[in-house]
Amino acid sequence: MNATTTPASGVRKAVVVGGNRIPFARAGGAYAHSSNQDMLTAALDGLVARFGLQDETIGEVAAGAVLKHSRDFNLTREAVLGSALSATTPAYDLQQACATGMEAVIGLSNKIKLGQLDSAIAGGVDSASDAPIAVSEGLRAILLDLNRAKTTVDKVRILARIRPKDLSPDAPSTGEPRTGLSMGEHQALTTAQWKISRLAQDELALASHKNLAAAYDRHFFDDLITPYRGLSRDSNLRADSTMEKLSTLKPVFGRNLGEAATMTAGNSTPLTDGASTVLLASEDWAAAHELPMLANVVDGEAGAVDFVHGKDGLLMAPAFAVPRLLARNGLTLADIDYFEIHEAFAGTVLSTLAAWEDEDFGKTRLGLDGAFGSVDRDKLNVNGSSLAAGHPFAATGGRLVATLAKMLHERGHVDGRPARGLISVCAAGGQGVVALLEAR
Amino acid sequence: MGDGTRAMKVQSDKYTEFVSRGLGKDLAKRLGLPQPAVLRRYEPGAPLVQGPVLVLGHSEGADAVAAVLLGWDQDVRRHATPKERLGAVVLVLDELAHPDQLSAPLREAGSSLRDLARNARVVSISRPALAEDSPEVAAARQGIDGIMRSLAKELRGGSTANGVLLANDIAADSPSAMSALRFFLSARSAFVDGQFLTAYATGEPVGQGTAESREAAEADWGQPLNGRVAVVTGAARGIGAAIARTLARDGAKVIAVDVPAAGDHLAQVANEVRGTALQLDVTATEAGGRILDHAAQRHGRLDIVVHNAGITRDKLLANMDSGRWDSVVAVNIASQLRMNQAFLASSHFASHPRIISVASTSGIAGNRGQTNYAASKAGVIGMVRATAPLLSGRGGTVNAVAPGFIETDMTAKIPFATREVARRLNSLQQGGKPEDVAEAVAYFAQAAAAGVTANILRVCGQNLVGQ
Repeated sequence: MNATTTPASGVRKAVVVGGNRIPFARAGGAYAHSSNQDMLTAALDGLVARFGLQDETIGEVAAGAVLKHSRDFNLTREAVLGSALSATTPAYDLQQACATGMEAVIGLSNKIKLGQLDSAIAGGVDSASDAPIAVSEGLRAILLDLNRAKTTVDKVRILARIRPKDLSPDAPSTGEPRTGLSMGEHQALTTAQWKISRLAQDELALASHKNLAAAYDRHFFDDLITPYRGLSRDSNLRADSTMEKLSTLKPVFGRNLGEAATMTAGNSTPLTDGASTVLLASEDWAAAHELPMLANVVDGEAGAVDFVHGKDGLLMAPAFAVPRLLARNGLTLADIDYFEIHEAFAGTVLSTLAAWEDEDFGKTRLGLDGAFGSVDRDKLNVNGSSLAAGHPFAATGGRLVATLAKMLHERGHVDGRPARGLISVCAAGGQGVVALLEAR
Repeated sequence: MGDGTRAMKVQSDKYTEFVSRGLGKDLAKRLGLPQPAVLRRYEPGAPLVQGPVLVLGHSEGADAVAAVLLGWDQDVRRHATPKERLGAVVLVLDELAHPDQLSAPLREAGSSLRDLARNARVVSISRPALAEDSPEVAAARQGIDGIMRSLAKELRGGSTANGVLLANDIAADSPSAMSALRFFLSARSAFVDGQFLTAYATGEPVGQGTAESREAAEADWGQPLNGRVAVVTGAARGIGAAIARTLARDGAKVIAVDVPAAGDHLAQVANEVRGTALQLDVTATEAGGRILDHAAQRHGRLDIVVHNAGITRDKLLANMDSGRWDSVVAVNIASQLRMNQAFLASSHFASHPRIISVASTSGIAGNRGQTNYAASKAGVIGMVRATAPLLSGRGGTVNAVAPGFIETDMTAKIPFATREVARRLNSLQQGGKPEDVAEAVAYFAQAAAAGVTANILRVCGQNLVGQ
């Protein structure tokens, strides 16, 4: 195995310069009246201020939101125009559910590696508070007909078609279109399938809060976060949480499972508002701008499972994507120094770890000789993750990449080679995106 | 850039606006009410002085100073011309031997005062009285102190009186002394009144010399901090934000520092001044090191340090708890001492470095309920004087500005009547602006002020309390 992990081809490196996010806020809280554009602009402006990028033309800015108003068809470009960046910075929206931020980082990094871009900003934003509410399908059809009507008589006739039921709004849900089940109900099935205990889930949730609080206390986030609307820490963080408090919470998902119902509001992420950004660059661009280089974006991999007909849970795609990513880079779980496994639910993380430790899963599903391997829990989400910070869907990827890049840079070398970090993010639709980073 | 450019929410001085024209002006005059003037403030490209400059004094030094003023393209007079609106009077009294010698030049100056334009300047250039002087010389020199502080109280219409002191027998037209003269003449010193700046060393010539170099010199006076790297603590709002803007306007690259909780305002200021934001608690032990790392990484150097971060936790001493006392001392003085140690030990802070601390008139005159704050701010003054010798070796200076009543978000919280009284208790009969403090800070940061060190400059409109 090579001492440093470099891609096979002769492409150049893409580095993480740094990141900026606003503190994440529980839905309906501090950012209840902030739009996606407001929050993404604030996150961008904080990044610009941190690195002195005022009036700079960045190669590309790519970001997105999962819950998005139709008026925000050019959300990222509009945020760029409202920021201190040069107005000649191109931007585009993308969306891959909760993996949006990860896909933005990987896609832009690949363009940098190929020499198409010298600099880029990846980002993501979501507001569960300012979610779009649509009119009902019935009313929508009537309004469109009304728009097409030419005479007053026609207009009156069309308006007369409106019935009371048409007036109830159509709010977005986290339900899967093909199963009608919410993400939590899906995970509850997976959690039961892998026999993850309530205790294990609560322990993971507690560790997330403790680790995040400790990171704040040692000023780890001073150069990763810019306060917004009076918030300087994630509002979901409960530094004083205890196992006793977590154990008193009643299950909210999988209640029809009876005794096997283990998922509570404490070990599931709440609906959250927030935005994040990551500054990516070629080594030359970073050096020319006298900017730090925290980590290389080594490689990325997407995966998906057939959660509708197959036996895999909705959020289990990373269990397949990570083995492929590591194999391609000649690595095993033992070669990774930090794991950032997105805590959509404590059960998601623990189900994934259980699958990797399962011999049968390794042999029959991953095509290996035995179990894929174990994750050293001391290396897992060491500065907290989504259970404590919250999870504004598209913003989580940027949070993870910037946080991990800083951790890797601080760690430096392990056994004479750069420290390595793995990020795993599950997403709606049975998808997942994972990535490999390396310290500089 | 979003609302990054939004103005500070500073209480406007409605009274000054009201009495400056029309009915209000007439009314105030009849009733004998204070009539504060609208002060002229610095704008790049505006004339240094509004009108001819009368240079009084018969020494060689006076001739030399007049020559420097001519070099600055000023309309210089060596004798008063009655009925001419003067922009400034410069009194050069660098060879005084006895108080008897004060009479003639001062009466000549006095006869010109009625001809002063609004926002005019009277600046003396003399030598400090020292213990080793003969009693006659010391009496004459100290006399200037009383004259200028009294004259400052007599002048109206936004005019001010200040003095330059020539220490260590330096010549009247030394570059350092001339930088102080230029500051006092300019609109940069709008809210500085009845004060003295002491020049201890000659300094390098800037903005003088041959005609060929004059164009470049003018550019230097317009962008005196070009290419310099400055850090400003407490830069998210108020006086600190104004300092960041002023240093950037004068050409410096600004690193804006404030506590992480103030990061959103800090980012706005950093983006406005095209600088960088560094979220940092100055009381952290590694604060100085982190500032140096940031400056070295982004700019390869650090030239100017402005210690502005400060807090108040007022309480009568009888009711003071350790929390209030310790936090004020930790932020306002202990942090500066610790950071200065780091800066002084760094090779990145070695090229004509400048340290400017923000003290307070409370640290000079004292203030009820502020024993802790006054301890910290008087401490800053002591620190500045003792740090000056440590910096002089590398061509550096350290000075402090002591703001009086400045219109900020903080003073806007003072109850109306108290605030209205506090505003009028100075010779200019109004509160200063954060920009006034910032101009004084920016002056000390200039290369031209190389010999001006260990000074505590009050920016208070000559507040009635203290010196």
